[in-house]
Amino acid sequence: MSLFAEVPLAAPVAVFKLSADFRDDKDPKKVNLGVGAYRTDDSQPWVLPVVKKVEKLIVEDGSLNHEYLPILGLPEFRSSASKIALGDDSPAVKENRVGAVQCLGGTGALKIGAEFLRRWYNGVDNTSTPIYVSAPTWENHNAVFAQAGFTDVRPYHYWDAAKRGLDLSGFLGDLEAAPEHSVFVLHACAHNPTGTDPTQDQWKQIAEIMKRRSLFVFFDSAYQGFASGCLDKDAWAVRYFVSQGFEMFCAQSFSKNFGLYNERVGNLTVVAQDPENLARTLSQMEKIVRVTWSNPPSQGARIVATTLNSPELFQEWKDNVKTMADRVLLMRAQLKAKLLALGTPGTWEHITEQIGMFSFTGLNPKQVEYMVKEKHVYLMASGRINMCGLTTKNIDYVAESIHETVTKVQ
Amino acid sequence: MAMALLKSSKIVSAVSPSLGVFPIRASSWWTEVKMGPPDPILGVTEAFKRDTNPKKMNLGVGAYRDDAGKPFVLDCVRKAEALIASKQLDKEYLGIGGLGDFSNSCAELALGSNSEVLNSKRSITVQTISGTGSLRIGANFLSRFHTGVKDVYLPKPSWGNHTPIFRDAGMQLKSYRYYDPATCGFDSAGALDDISKIPEHSVILLHACAHNPTGVDPRPEQWKEISEVIKKRKLLVFFDMAYQGFASGDIDRDAWAVRHFIEQGHNILLSQSFAKNMGLYGERVGGFTVVCADAEEAKRVESQLKILIRPIYSNPPMNGARIASTILTTPELRSIWLGEVKAMADRIIKMREMLVTNLKSEGSTQDWQHVTDQIGMFCFTGLQSEQVERLSKEFSVYMTKDGRISVAGVTSGNVGYLAHGIHQVTK
Repeated sequence: MSLFAEVPLAAPVAVFKLSADFRDDKDPKKVNLGVGAYRTDDSQPWVLPVVKKVEKLIVEDGSLNHEYLPILGLPEFRSSASKIALGDDSPAVKENRVGAVQCLGGTGALKIGAEFLRRWYNGVDNTSTPIYVSAPTWENHNAVFAQAGFTDVRPYHYWDAAKRGLDLSGFLGDLEAAPEHSVFVLHACAHNPTGTDPTQDQWKQIAEIMKRRSLFVFFDSAYQGFASGCLDKDAWAVRYFVSQGFEMFCAQSFSKNFGLYNERVGNLTVVAQDPENLARTLSQMEKIVRVTWSNPPSQGARIVATTLNSPELFQEWKDNVKTMADRVLLMRAQLKAKLLALGTPGTWEHITEQIGMFSFTGLNPKQVEYMVKEKHVYLMASGRINMCGLTTKNIDYVAESIHETVTKVQ
Repeated sequence: MAMALLKSSKIVSAVSPSLGVFPIRASSWWTEVKMGPPDPILGVTEAFKRDTNPKKMNLGVGAYRDDAGKPFVLDCVRKAEALIASKQLDKEYLGIGGLGDFSNSCAELALGSNSEVLNSKRSITVQTISGTGSLRIGANFLSRFHTGVKDVYLPKPSWGNHTPIFRDAGMQLKSYRYYDPATCGFDSAGALDDISKIPEHSVILLHACAHNPTGVDPRPEQWKEISEVIKKRKLLVFFDMAYQGFASGDIDRDAWAVRHFIEQGHNILLSQSFAKNMGLYGERVGGFTVVCADAEEAKRVESQLKILIRPIYSNPPMNGARIASTILTTPELRSIWLGEVKAMADRIIKMREMLVTNLKSEGSTQDWQHVTDQIGMFCFTGLQSEQVERLSKEFSVYMTKDGRISVAGVTSGNVGYLAHGIHQVTK
């Protein structure tokens, strides 16, 4: 009798199932608006030109080897990555109270942060600290914190479906009502899945309450540069919170803005009150890393570090990022224009008000099902679309499909 | 109330509004965070770095070094990298279970090309973050799904990181006798005795070859006995194979124990690492395999492994796995690799022989047989901690306190000096 006879078959992760179904679909008009990866106007993946250049340098550099990185990762990656988030002239960096852990993508950074918080935050091994994630949020947020041992992962109001925008009063209300020391996972920019970000003024209100009520700030920054096309603009919220004196974590991903999805390049930036607290915190994070993956993979970190630490390559990267952001902005503008031209029922301002890779269309599950089954346009059950899946070649078909769906299915 | 405020640094900021000013950083969340203990092996390296003696030797390093003491990038790796670069591949996310070509070739390397398990598709292999990541996924899987006893039995001694990994995953650690300090060899009687008493359905971890840290491996006849006792006790076997090919120089010979156990009907868990045998340390290349009752069970187990992996790192890194699978599946590269891994193993074996020869020339009358009996990167010299200390202080030869040396740190240029030092502290 097998020890694993009772192991149940787990449901597949939705976003990957969507991609699998898309792959199996034989319809020539099919469009994949699911998985969050950038696509060119030819619907192709795009390896950034600067990445190709740097990879070539790495392969041709005979002096490089494949030795272990330190447990916390490549030093020149960690420091340059943190500076991207906090700014070159960040006072916190100058005060030596910023540290970082190179991690396996943004997920890995969230994981290490979560594991550390569970062990050392709000008491020792306090698994009952409430963890607040936005409603909705990237679905893996729940699992990361739950698997780290937290027993109370809760939603905070975020998306207002009726007005297709931010539910600010609900959000602020949850901040006021949350138990002190609760952890709030904040999307630094280009909220996934809604594409709806607080304005600067709204961020200030959020920060004020979090400071007053001693709530912990855990930023998830997966789209810096990718949202507006400008790195500094996309980092405004993170930098504002640092300027307000918060000790905080920022989980950074370089999957999208460097197009390095499969090399798993992430950075957990830690802002502490002083170097001494920082040192102890990093020493404990090291222990967590050691029992999780020992030390991180070197290839992706090398590519990013080389790029960020070279003025010419850095500029080239910024241009590449702007190329991607601009294409997304163009698709947003065109989709809205076409829907308006078709006279599609409903309001479509949110298509251009939202920012980043994703848009919460507002389509309900039945409408989504119609889109997938009848029109072969694949999107998440939540109504989330990946703008990168739109191209000048398929945008008319997608607009028409949305129009048909909204008029036929309620 | 006042006492509570004095004790809790976190509440200080709540007191300050009366001053009319919010202090920017009144207190830290991390005041209670203890400084993590220093890593013992790191300590060895730190001391080595500070030492100014030109003859100094770092025998703590757990990575292969060539005869000039330098890191070694395999030629098959460079060739694979050039091949990969020419293909201009994209960087799209891998699936949660990693690169299929890699998982398949990784499993085939361990189980053999005509494996019944692979032919009947009754196993699942996922790409992992090298050996550590593999062990961790395995530990998490056991913690969640193993309906037997939550005890994992490790050989005494075992790799230092085994215990923290399993413990962090929620398993309990116990041990079985393994190393006999009297002989510097395998304590067969002790091991069999202990294993025969392990409660049924416990998990037992075995080092497939090149035991870390002792270098002591059971002989095939001894493995057969171990398999029998384990079968009687109905234990779940978890093999850790971090040195396939690196131990004897022969990948099939090093996988013998794993394959024997499978033939004997053990449905094993297996962790593999390509850090040492392909020199891909920093690329984090590994695999985790579960041998199941049938293909249907393998599918269920696979689905649950994905659920475990996703909240840790979503999906694994491509670069190293692509290099490894290119090597394993490209005949010329595989052939070069087999030659290179044999060369690494041969150099280690040669250093062992030279050390013993040199010790004898120094006039040592101690029995150093174990140095050549042991296998793989590490050697438990049998040196006591005071002798280890003298070696570091008087000869600038650094090793861990348990007398373990990394033979990879020995070269034809320094083996004489090492023998001299060891003889001085043991005569």
